[in-house]
Amino acid sequence: MAKIKGAITVNAERCKGCNLCVVACPSDVLALQPQKVNQKGYNYAYMANPDNCIGCASCGIVCPDGCIEVYKVKL
Amino acid sequence: MSEEVKLMKGNEAIAHAAIRSGADGYFGYPITPQSEVMETLMAEKPWETTGMVVLQAESELAAINMVYGGACCGKAVMTSSSSPGISLKQEGISYCAGAELPCLILNVMRGGPGLGTIQPSQADYYQTCKGGGHGDYRLIVLAPASVQEMADFVNLGFDLAFKYHNPAMILSDGVIGQMMEKVVLPPFRERRTEEQIRKQEPWAAQGRTPDRARNVITSLEMDPVVMEQRNLKLQAKYAEIEANEVRFETINCEDADYLMVAFGSMARICQKAIDLAKEEGIKLGLLRPITLWPFPTKAIAEAAKGKKGVLVAEINAGQMIDDVKLAVNCSLPVEHFGRLGGIVPSPEEVVAAIKEKLM
Amino acid sequence: MDVNEIIKPENLVYRKPTLLNDNTMHYCPGCSHGVVHKLVAEIIEEIGMMENTIAVSPVGCAVFAYNYVDVDWIQAAHGRAPAVATAAKRLNPHKLVFTYQGDGDLAAIGTAETIHACNRGENITIIFINNGIYGMTGGQMAPTTLEGMVTVTCPYGRKPELNGYPLHIGELLAKLKGTCYVTRQSVHTPAAIRKTKKAIMKGFENSMNKKGTSVIEIVSTCNTGWKMSPDKANVWMEENMFAEYPMGDLKNE
Repeated sequence: MAKIKGAITVNAERCKGCNLCVVACPSDVLALQPQKVNQKGYNYAYMANPDNCIGCASCGIVCPDGCIEVYKVKL
Repeated sequence: MSEEVKLMKGNEAIAHAAIRSGADGYFGYPITPQSEVMETLMAEKPWETTGMVVLQAESELAAINMVYGGACCGKAVMTSSSSPGISLKQEGISYCAGAELPCLILNVMRGGPGLGTIQPSQADYYQTCKGGGHGDYRLIVLAPASVQEMADFVNLGFDLAFKYHNPAMILSDGVIGQMMEKVVLPPFRERRTEEQIRKQEPWAAQGRTPDRARNVITSLEMDPVVMEQRNLKLQAKYAEIEANEVRFETINCEDADYLMVAFGSMARICQKAIDLAKEEGIKLGLLRPITLWPFPTKAIAEAAKGKKGVLVAEINAGQMIDDVKLAVNCSLPVEHFGRLGGIVPSPEEVVAAIKEKLM
Repeated sequence: MDVNEIIKPENLVYRKPTLLNDNTMHYCPGCSHGVVHKLVAEIIEEIGMMENTIAVSPVGCAVFAYNYVDVDWIQAAHGRAPAVATAAKRLNPHKLVFTYQGDGDLAAIGTAETIHACNRGENITIIFINNGIYGMTGGQMAPTTLEGMVTVTCPYGRKPELNGYPLHIGELLAKLKGTCYVTRQSVHTPAAIRKTKKAIMKGFENSMNKKGTSVIEIVSTCNTGWKMSPDKANVWMEENMFAEYPMGDLKNE
């Protein structure tokens, strides 16, 4: 079976740190920045465990602000 | 083609003129004494001929908001009602004015306040010319005095509304709406196609094409600096309308000792009063404002020069008299005559009022 | 494999639709409106209806929907969106006309316009965000507020003897002959969002096929008004809102 590998980008300035993508991720890839904030003061989302990403796009779909782009490759 | 003279009610003339004006839609709600407008439109079935949409709404609120919706698409749309219904429409009228939408509203006035009476009145002058809804806005107000003018002011109202992107109101009353007179209906004008609307009304919500940004029709603006600019733009437009669109009629003004100022059906009564007074050796003149806003301030000041007094005759308790007083600036006596409660005064009463109040 | 090798244009599988522009939305973090806006933009883009769409925004939080979805918008007075849309559609029968309204707008001040537009079977789609509260004005009681639910105008919880009962406007509208499709959906999980997308798509298709009025009720969160974090609000919604407003089609003809 082909292995699938994914990755995402987060538009950090657009992100409001709502945490919904973190909850939606089935692979525990995402987290909110523990320290860093964007210009609006939000702890924005980022790939804390990039190796786990399967490119399922759940995070992108639930993101209310359209901050997330999802990429996927078959290895 | 020879002119076709017909006999009909003012309200019916409005309906026929609307179909002929190339109107895209009419949205109404029944209320006496103007229900014949929608009844005539429904009987005529213009959707089968010109393609004009006619819809009976669930309320005056819905009707005026349908007008708002249609006007937002750049369509020529109108509604009609009578005083209590026009009160209900004020929210939507303010929105139309705020969003700078062309549309036509007919008010066939009846007596108030409250549910009042179904008999004629002119007591909505304040409501129409001094506010009505909220905010700093103006309506272009046309006051017909005949069935012919009811018909003619449909085209004029639409033309002015589209010229200035502003709601126009035909302020009629139960007399003009209900009476039957000879009328020559205006010739047919084509309804505009979508292509024409997109070209002539590029601001309208017709669906965003790739060559332009989205069109948003709203009266809302959160930034006070921008909102002030919007208001100033409105005020500049109103000044332009005041400079260009004042309309009035004078009868016998040069050769008069006393000036009467009256609009709509009351002007017709005053016209008869001129003849009655002449028999008694009293020389009366009449200035009839055709546009109540913009108001013929300068014309009244001019006509009042050298006169012994002014009688403002209105079928109300004294509303337009405020504007007449401002026009003549206390240079001569200005008195009011009017009847209330739906009573239409007689020419004899007008002459009596002149004698009692000004002689 | 390095992340940068994956993040390449040819590997892109999801991004926000182009019709959802780059303006930062004014909505609170985690607000359901953003997801629904995205779906609306996505669908209009997919069906290629941008040039023939007239959208009607309400009064309430979504009043500014016109800032985000790049189509022509009419902003209606409070509650009047269905009347505005009625005229827009009747005068432009080949265009896609939809309203986007909250529960205060649609089910309180605009009840008459909503019911009558649906009863006439106007060929429009009504997207109805039901979060049981007035968001824009600061969290007041809505007709759809749950019994016992605390808002700033029922600070001791909604009491039926004082405030009446949660209004099931979806069920009411489903009874009308003019509606062809009334469904209740949510946007709190990827699966729910996919279903809602299908529902809105169906509504738009119904509108274009002159089948009558489609109402897509979307039970949503207002985490700020509810005074919860966005993820907790989703859980609370499942436990409480779904009990009062069960998911699924109320009418599908």
